[in-house]
Amino acid sequence: MNAVLVLGERAVREARRAPDALLPTLLIPIFFLVVNVGQAAKIFPSGSTGFLEGQNYAAFQMPSSLLLAASFGTAALYLVEEIENGYFDKMRATPVSRTSLALGRLSAEALKNIGISTVIILLALPFGVRIASGPIGYVLLLALCAGWAVLYAGFLQLIALKTRSAAATNSMGLLFFPLLFLTPNFVPRELLTRPMEIAATLNPVTYLMEAMRSLILQDLNWPVIGKGFAVIIAGGLAVIALNVRTMRSYD
Amino acid sequence: MTVAVESKDLVKTFTSRSGDVKAVCGVDLKVEQAEIFGFLGPNGAGKSTTVRMLTTLTTITSGTATVAGINVAKEPDETRRRIGVALQEAGLDPRQTGRELLILQGRLFNFSRAEAAERAKELLELVDLVDAADRLIKGYSGGMKRRLDLASALVHDPEVLFLDEPTTGLDPSSRLVVWDEVRRINERGTTVFLTTQYLEEADQLCDRLAIIDAGRIVCEGTPAELKADLRQRRGMTSEPTLDDVFLDVTGRTRERTAGEVQEVQS
Repeated sequence: MNAVLVLGERAVREARRAPDALLPTLLIPIFFLVVNVGQAAKIFPSGSTGFLEGQNYAAFQMPSSLLLAASFGTAALYLVEEIENGYFDKMRATPVSRTSLALGRLSAEALKNIGISTVIILLALPFGVRIASGPIGYVLLLALCAGWAVLYAGFLQLIALKTRSAAATNSMGLLFFPLLFLTPNFVPRELLTRPMEIAATLNPVTYLMEAMRSLILQDLNWPVIGKGFAVIIAGGLAVIALNVRTMRSYD
Repeated sequence: MTVAVESKDLVKTFTSRSGDVKAVCGVDLKVEQAEIFGFLGPNGAGKSTTVRMLTTLTTITSGTATVAGINVAKEPDETRRRIGVALQEAGLDPRQTGRELLILQGRLFNFSRAEAAERAKELLELVDLVDAADRLIKGYSGGMKRRLDLASALVHDPEVLFLDEPTTGLDPSSRLVVWDEVRRINERGTTVFLTTQYLEEADQLCDRLAIIDAGRIVCEGTPAELKADLRQRRGMTSEPTLDDVFLDVTGRTRERTAGEVQEVQS
């Protein structure tokens, strides 16, 4: 645990030294939020659209932007750089557990994402978005965002360990876009066409998005929230276990 | 004398789509405590792979290795506690300062924050990097990076220090600084396992050495023993150099070697 904190602290220090690297993580999700709301808000007026629960369309779109922001982690790219310059071997030659090595940068991703998600939510408040589930819901929303940041950065870290290639790691990062768009991104699942509904139902990101959306639009809806956390916990554990296994057999 | 490093029939085979490649083919080594042991060989001979196996960085295909009395394959974490490693590329994080890197290294060896800071201070003085301690590593010269890498390998006062080509790419003056550091470290009782392509370096620094070629040890002994043996075998009238020994045991000519082993000509 001590090693996770030490390695996480190092990654946060790096992020503090390169704040410009965080800008796209903040600006691109806000850009998508503005564009998506601008294109579809008139189709779904808040007064007559039941699934908005009295809020505006920006509130409905918020989870997409939060998930997008949480998918821009830099842990994997830094790992490739460390593999290439030999520092990763230097750390592997210390008695630190492979679990701590895997979790070091991921813990920093969680922390960075909490900051970025908070900024996005704060920026949305003046535009009428509110967290209907209250302070507990806000904390749960941040936990889901941070959880996804860890899960997705962990997945990319695994790709980095397997391929040791920045190009391959970068390319796999784009996988998030099909995952995001095969969800009830613009309308609830029941309004999707049948093929899209099937695809969305099979996509675990759907349950995460629905959990986040319920926290923004409704009071605490535990069955929906539970499914979101189940995705994060199951996916997160699987990704971390695979990272640790790969590090143990890394040659 | 206590044995610091020992390997028996050490083998490493890399498996790839194009077939298996045997990088190390049954290496037997014995390094005594507190000696500087040189491990020489041309590019691709298996030096770095052997070091990587001994330092737990690469899995062992077959055979056994013990370092500081610990079985490397069975107790990798315990092995890591007892060794220091400075690999071929100075493995450093360019976005940290020299001091931060040493403190981090100390904390990874379970030092408290205060202990790690104190140890970092000592080591920065040892490798003469006090003035550059709070600058980002990406601004360091090659020689400074090597010295910092060496310092980071010493944070926990290891029993055995593995140095994989520590002076490759350094200018002559930086190389001499590293040699001095290696001698100083060894004088404190640390066993040094050094791989190098520079035969002069091996001659200057090493108590004993082994030459590996095509994954096999082809000769082993003190530099003086190896030279005397060659002189006797070849009936040479003048004193052979370590270059001559190297060329003889690896079956290379000077022309061929010039492309493969740097600075082989004295």
